[in-house]
Amino acid sequence: MTKSNIRKVYHNIIHTFPLILLFVLAFTGFDLSFFLFGNNYYFNFIYAVIFYWVLKKPDRLGYGLIFLAGIINDVVQNFPIGISSINYLLLCSIAAFLRTRTLMPNLLYDWIFYLIAILIISSVNYITLTLIFEYPIKYGTLMFSAFITFLIYPILSKLFDRIILIDLREDSAK
Amino acid sequence: MASDTGRDDFVIAIRSAFLKKGTRQKFSLFTLLIISILVLSLEYFKTGPVDKFRSITKDIIFKASFFISEPFVYLKKNYYNFKDHLQMYDEYTELKNKEYSIDALINENKFYKSENERLKKLIDEKNIYSKEYLFSKILLDQQSPYLKSVIINKGFNHGIKLGVAVKEKSYFVGKIINVNFLTSRVLLASDLNSKIPVIIEPTGTNAILSGQGHNNFAELEFLPKLKKIKEGNIVYTSGVDGIISEAIPIGKVLKKNENLLVEFFVDFNQLKYVKVNK
Repeated sequence: MTKSNIRKVYHNIIHTFPLILLFVLAFTGFDLSFFLFGNNYYFNFIYAVIFYWVLKKPDRLGYGLIFLAGIINDVVQNFPIGISSINYLLLCSIAAFLRTRTLMPNLLYDWIFYLIAILIISSVNYITLTLIFEYPIKYGTLMFSAFITFLIYPILSKLFDRIILIDLREDSAK
Repeated sequence: MASDTGRDDFVIAIRSAFLKKGTRQKFSLFTLLIISILVLSLEYFKTGPVDKFRSITKDIIFKASFFISEPFVYLKKNYYNFKDHLQMYDEYTELKNKEYSIDALINENKFYKSENERLKKLIDEKNIYSKEYLFSKILLDQQSPYLKSVIINKGFNHGIKLGVAVKEKSYFVGKIINVNFLTSRVLLASDLNSKIPVIIEPTGTNAILSGQGHNNFAELEFLPKLKKIKEGNIVYTSGVDGIISEAIPIGKVLKKNENLLVEFFVDFNQLKYVKVNK
C-alpha cells in the first residue's frame, strides 16, 4: 500500500468517524459500566455521540442512519424494536432545534441543553417501556445513568472537537 | 409585538428542526419519527409474516454483531485469563489444603442415583424432561443494568424450544426467552426479570429465585415463615413449572444482612459454551 493510499484511508476514517463510532456502539451494545457502593452505573455513549454530531456537524450523521442504529440497538439490547430510534430521533430534533437557535456556540449552554434533552428522552423511554410494553425497568438506575451520561458530555465534547480539527486539517491539506 | 416575533422565531426553529432536510439528509426527522412509531407498533404482531421477518432481521443483526464484537471479546477474554493467572497460586494452595476423595464421592453419587431411580419406579413417577442437551456457542454477551442475557448460535432450526433450561457444565445458567431461526436469547438467572422455581436441599424447601441484576448472587423469595435454611445449603431447580428440568444445581445459600441470597456456581462473565435442554 502506497503512502497516498494510507493517507486516503486515514482521511476516510477521520471523515466517517461519527458513523463508525455510532454503529460499533450499536452493534456491540457497548456501555462502560462500573460497580460502586453495590450499584451498577453506566454511560450511554450513543446519546452523547448523536447530540454532539447533530449539533456541530449534521452532514456527518444522517438521520436515516441514526434510525437504523436505533433498530440495531433495540435488537441487541432486547428492547421493543423502534423505541431506541424514537429516542435517538427526539435527541436529534432537540439538537437541531438548539442549532437553529444558537448564534454563538458555548459548551456550557450545550451541556445544559443536553441535560434537558436526556431527561426528556429518558422520561419518554421509561413511560413507553413501562406503560405500553410493561417492560420492568428500574427508574432509579435509568435516571442515575442519564445523570452520569450528562456528566461525561464535556469530556467527549472536547475529544470530538479534536476529531473535527483533525478532519478540517485533512480537508485543507487535500 | 416583540413577544410575537419571539414566538415566530420559536415556531420557525421547531419547524426547521422537524421538517427541514439538511444537506445530505434524505429524510426529515418528522418522517423518520412516524416510521419509528409504525415499526414500534409492529411489536404487537407476535405471529405470522411480521414475526418471521423480525426473526430473520434479528439473526442477521446478531451475526453481524458477533463479528464486530470479536476484538472486544478478545480483549475481555485476555483480561479474565490474566486475572485467572494472578489467582492461580492461591487456588492451588486452597485445593492442596482440602482433602478430597474423588473416587469415594463418585461411588456415593452413583449409589444415590440408582437408589433414586428405584424409588421413583416404586411410586410410578415419570420423568417428563428430556436428558438430551445441545452444545452451543455464545455469540454475544449482552450484560447491561437493564438486561443480563446472552445470544447463542442455535435456534428454531436446531430444535431449540422457548423456556427450556441452559447449563454450563452441570450448573444452571438461565432459560431461553427468545428463539429465532439460527439464534436464541438466553435470560441469565442474574437478570432482574428472572424468576426460577427452586428447591433448597437438604431441607426440601420450595422457593422462587429472583435475579437482582447482580452477577454473583440472586435473592430467595416466597420462603415459608419457619425457615430451616442454613448458610451453605445447595439450591437446585425444582422443575415445578414443567419447563425447566429439575435438579440442576444453581448455587449455595448465603446470608447477608438477614436476607437469604444464593451465590451462583457459574461465573456469568466467562461463559463461552453452554448446553441447551432439547
